[in-house]
Amino acid sequence: MSSNDQENSLNFNTDWSYSPAPESTDHVTIKDRYDLFIGGEFVAPASDKYFTSMNPATEEPLAELAEAGAEDVDRAVKAARKAYKQNWSGLAPASRGKYIYRIARILQERAREFAVVESMDGGKPIRESRDIDVPLAAAHFFYYAGWADKVDYAFPGRKTGPVGVAGQIIPWNFPLLMAAWKIAPALACGNTVVLKPAETTPLTAMLLAEVIAEAELPPGVVNIVTGAGKTGAAIVDHPDIDKIAFTGSTEVGRIIQKALAGTDTRYTLELGGKAANIIFEDAALDQAVEGIVNGIFFNQGHVCCAGSRLLVQESVADDVLGRLKDRMETLIVGDPLDKNTDIGAINSSMQLETINKYLEIGQQEGATMHQSSCALPDKGHWCRPTVFTGVAQSHRIVQEEIFGPVLAVQTFRTVDEAVAKANNTPYGLSGGVWTDKGAKIFKVSNQMRAGVVWANTFNKFDPGSPFGGYKESGVGREGGLHGLKPYLQLA
Amino acid sequence: MSAAAERIEIPAFPDLSRVPRVDEVGIYERAARFRTRSIKKEAKMDALKMVLSMIDLTTLEGQDTPGKVRQLCAKAMRLDTSMEDLPKVAAVCVYPTMVGVAREALGDSGINVASVATGFPSGMTDLDLKLDETRRAVVAGADEIDMVISRGAFLRGEYRRVFDEIVAVKEACGDAHLKVILETGELNTLDNVKRASVLAMYAGADFIKTSTGKIQPAATMEVTLVMLQAIRDFYRETGRMVGMKPAGGISKAKLAVHYLVMLRETLGQAWMTPEWFRFGASSLANDVLMQIAKQRSGAYQSPDYFSKD
Repeated sequence: MSSNDQENSLNFNTDWSYSPAPESTDHVTIKDRYDLFIGGEFVAPASDKYFTSMNPATEEPLAELAEAGAEDVDRAVKAARKAYKQNWSGLAPASRGKYIYRIARILQERAREFAVVESMDGGKPIRESRDIDVPLAAAHFFYYAGWADKVDYAFPGRKTGPVGVAGQIIPWNFPLLMAAWKIAPALACGNTVVLKPAETTPLTAMLLAEVIAEAELPPGVVNIVTGAGKTGAAIVDHPDIDKIAFTGSTEVGRIIQKALAGTDTRYTLELGGKAANIIFEDAALDQAVEGIVNGIFFNQGHVCCAGSRLLVQESVADDVLGRLKDRMETLIVGDPLDKNTDIGAINSSMQLETINKYLEIGQQEGATMHQSSCALPDKGHWCRPTVFTGVAQSHRIVQEEIFGPVLAVQTFRTVDEAVAKANNTPYGLSGGVWTDKGAKIFKVSNQMRAGVVWANTFNKFDPGSPFGGYKESGVGREGGLHGLKPYLQLA
Repeated sequence: MSAAAERIEIPAFPDLSRVPRVDEVGIYERAARFRTRSIKKEAKMDALKMVLSMIDLTTLEGQDTPGKVRQLCAKAMRLDTSMEDLPKVAAVCVYPTMVGVAREALGDSGINVASVATGFPSGMTDLDLKLDETRRAVVAGADEIDMVISRGAFLRGEYRRVFDEIVAVKEACGDAHLKVILETGELNTLDNVKRASVLAMYAGADFIKTSTGKIQPAATMEVTLVMLQAIRDFYRETGRMVGMKPAGGISKAKLAVHYLVMLRETLGQAWMTPEWFRFGASSLANDVLMQIAKQRSGAYQSPDYFSKD
């Protein structure tokens, strides 16, 4: 059903629309080939093998990246261990803070370049990489730089010390931001790191390596190795790693947990989600619709804490859906570098296949699919913003993480029913509550088994706020004071 | 239904408890998003011309003279003598005593005469005087009446009285279009803005308008967004279109274009004409003309090249 089927419909296919407004790429230089960043130097992989990172919007290659094998990972861990022993762990905490502040400032200076490369490599709209990803990444470095000489005060009465060498594996949905989430607290607490970015989005991590070199961090404090699952496994399996920090799928999280069982390697896992956005009849409905849009269409829905389930009270369900369908018609899908783009390219052909598979499944399960009527570019990976109605709790599109711009809508009658439905999932990363009543916010959010619950807003992030999940959404917390703990030995 | 039959119909008082609440933080965020839209090239030129065509060129000063009003009317009919293919503005907006002057000056140019009425700007007079003033302005040739609501009554919760006043003024307007000024700068909350919008539309307003221009803040994007959303909800519910006029404080072309972005993404195609959207402004036109000249020549010109009227 298109929105034009609604009574007294609005027409958003207007005579006046926006001319293309592409962000310039003139100021950006992407090298043909990136080597591994080990011990403060860019070095070729032992195998001499390279893989290609593509632009998902144009399907054109951007650069070649080194494929790190077990031998390279071992070199990186050795470099990290050396730096840990000889330098970083014994450095005055204030000096560590100084280096992290430097990273933050250089990141700010090169913000435009980072934003453009992030959008080219990952497909996210420039508005988001410019206004959210890059500033937040810098904010995380600033935040943890401040903690560097204050960690002792974070845990009163206890003595703190670093853990050692941290192996960090990050996903493709927020490449730079996740690198910042991982690296900043590790360094602040006196650890050294071996970081592996995702194979589809490694470019900003390699730019970050340049920044780290520019900030004159002692060699080996941060090592960045590129590659796919095998490289990640080599990090997890390496005997001299003290801590693993992983953000990614629940499936891989399980493999890591199994691999680490019985060892003394610590780990934090930030995994999938299937968050419920609960809209009560007394909510500010237009703003709630903005929250739905921001919850599920932000970053093409490639967000672990995306509000991928909408629970709406039955008395306002039709009203909210009408507003949502109108709003979806105004979303611009297309060139990630265009400043007016709301929804960019799906990150990879593989992910697009997964999403399309779920669109099939949803329809086979008997749900009604509605997509916005926007035009899509000829080349590249795209998915129209999609809403499923008439879904049941047992449907796979309600139970499983799709990681795309696909929303499953259910209705409820009572508060208890809303909470029960929200919690009835293997995940528990985030949730949303929309109501004009303060008391209801506290009542419902306290009953939701989710690591983050937003009230009358969604997908808001701050370095000072801890983030992490219940159940299959993960182990441990990142961000804020809580984010220090995984990187500290407390005595 | 004939026009006469339509007028006899008594408007129903709306159920204000059903009006969805407004979340201020959310409104500010949404309005900020419109300002991130980048309007360039043809889209910008088209937008600038559209803005011109939607302007209610306004002079509402105690020291207005017939000469000044005639000068404004001349500007309205020919915005800039050095540029071809510019649209005319939508209307000239004056005090009731200047309606005759404006009517005569504008002749059959197609530009409407709008008159403020009902004890503008405070509205602190009795209803019979408000109605009398409205009728006189219409008789003198006003095509559009811009009335003010009784903010005191509204803030006291006397919604029925506000509603009845608008119904009465609408009747006094006859065939003239009625714009209802909410004076949002005195309504304190966005929830109030939304409720007042709903009251005005159910009472028969053809347009709802933010401000008199005499109170700060006047029009803001946030307040206008709440009113546009009220218009959309009213249309959904009744099928009747109501126009929108932000007034006061919009003096820059760039800001006006952001309003068009907001209009486009809230109400869509049907409202993007001077029939349904107006800017109440006095200095906006010249800034738009400067921008158009800049788009054409590539360089900004001195303000002295644009007539100040």
